Amino acid sequence: MRAIGSEFQKVFTTRMWWLLAILLAAYVAFMSGGLGAFLGWASENPDAAASAGGSTTVPPGTELAPLIYSFASSVGYVFPVLLGALAVTGEFRHKTLTPTFLAEPHRTVVLSAKFISQLVIGAGLGVVAFAVSVGAGAAALAAFGLDTGLDSSDTWALVGRGVLAMALWGAIGVGLGVLVVNQVAAIVIVIAFTQFLEPILRVVASLSDVTASIGRFLPGAASDALVGASFYNIASLGSTDTLEWWQGGLVLLGIAVVATVIGGATTWRRDVS
Amino acid sequence: MASGIPIEISGLSKHFGPVTAVDDLSFTVQPGKVTGFLGPNGAGKTTTLRVLLGLERASAGTATFDGTPYSALPRPLETVGAALDANFHPGRTARNHLKVYATATGLSSSRVPAVLEQVGMSDYADRRVGGYSLGMRQRLALAYTLLGDPGVFVLDEPINGLDPEGIKWIRGFLQNLAREGRTVLVSSHLLSEVQQSVDEVVIIAKGRLMKSGTLSSLELDSAPRTIADSPDRPALAAALEAAGLEYTEGRSGFIVDEPDPARVGHAAFVGGVELAALHRLRSGLEESFLSLVGGGEES
Repeated sequence: MRAIGSEFQKVFTTRMWWLLAILLAAYVAFMSGGLGAFLGWASENPDAAASAGGSTTVPPGTELAPLIYSFASSVGYVFPVLLGALAVTGEFRHKTLTPTFLAEPHRTVVLSAKFISQLVIGAGLGVVAFAVSVGAGAAALAAFGLDTGLDSSDTWALVGRGVLAMALWGAIGVGLGVLVVNQVAAIVIVIAFTQFLEPILRVVASLSDVTASIGRFLPGAASDALVGASFYNIASLGSTDTLEWWQGGLVLLGIAVVATVIGGATTWRRDVS
Repeated sequence: MASGIPIEISGLSKHFGPVTAVDDLSFTVQPGKVTGFLGPNGAGKTTTLRVLLGLERASAGTATFDGTPYSALPRPLETVGAALDANFHPGRTARNHLKVYATATGLSSSRVPAVLEQVGMSDYADRRVGGYSLGMRQRLALAYTLLGDPGVFVLDEPINGLDPEGIKWIRGFLQNLAREGRTVLVSSHLLSEVQQSVDEVVIIAKGRLMKSGTLSSLELDSAPRTIADSPDRPALAAALEAAGLEYTEGRSGFIVDEPDPARVGHAAFVGGVELAALHRLRSGLEESFLSLVGGGEES
């Protein structure tokens, strides 16, 4: 417990956490509010949208609310990953592993404390992100007189699963950080994978049935399956069968645990110099 | 306050690939004294301390606190206070840095202002460490060692980067700790830096023990020698050889292995060589230190 308390203090005594929280809120507000307004306008004026080249018109029968609210995790998941990775790589970068391991010589305890604290902090970022996406998205939908889904228990179940997804992404960040202890490399990998590589892989995987069944296990796809709605599914990026929501959650948890255990047995055990 | 317990290094070796950093090193550090751990850069001092503190693994041998390795100490920060390098997260304040580790080891956060006061850092406690001078970082590293009020202190180059006032302060600080019965091990690559504060010395070079004992025993080790110079150095060399005197050539003349300058003068007289200088080489601690660690030939 002491080690977990110490890890929380480490995060909250530097500025990175609130910088990332503000960026996350702004990004999600822009995406949910902006796309909520655009899709709302497009569904109200289908002809104008089509003539404007709006190929993103939503297939009929699709509920807009879950799609828009899920932006919190479908675009926001990169933030808990970054914070989780920085919690590990920052110790290497600033050479603070020396005082850390002097205060707690049992290294597994320290790494476990990071894993648990980043689960909780990831959930906290999830609460922030969904507060913003539901707030901005519902406002945009209501402005066009569309159903906000706020009275539906399905919506709130989606929010709950989304917060869980964000928590697991925080833990995946810890696993990535301990595998790739170089801070710059870890950040580049997070950005490159989440923003470019994974979206491309999901499109490519959806081209054939065999690859599609593998593509479902990509972390972003698993996350969207867990949350239960995603812009990707609508935009025909990987519009094949997704995993069950609990399977998606297990895939994310598995990635986090396996990466952390491998890192814990390799880089984390090395001599600290 | 925890009582001082001995530090025991026994048959310790550490290899980095083909490089041997520490080679079958054994020594003991007793409580109640300040012990200087000396050797040139790259002698293996920091590696020895890192192995002692469980940060690096020994290739062979043991390094313990009265028989217990660091990782097996039930309350490490309350047994040993260690400052190895003054590295901190630049965005965290001194107060928060100490709080993080007080929490990690289950100490009351009321220790934080107390140790900041002890090292004279109270006025800077809420500034981010990124703006600190090296001297302030050294003091913050010392504050960390004091958190658990331990009986053993292991400090790697704590004087490095301090101004004259800071050096004076740390000397008093170290001697106070030893007077209270604690074990104090302080490394340095300069004997002159610590010779006013240490009682005992452990000297290593190339990972091996060269000497361990009291500071005064180091002084007795070195025999005095004579410096002689001549406008005609080859002739002086011939005269010294004729008299059967061993010598080495230095920048300011020949260093002759002969305590009595009169005998060297006589040898020159016999050889008919004009002397430009003839005096006893004042053999200080520094010379015997340098001759022990193999730096003497460079003079």
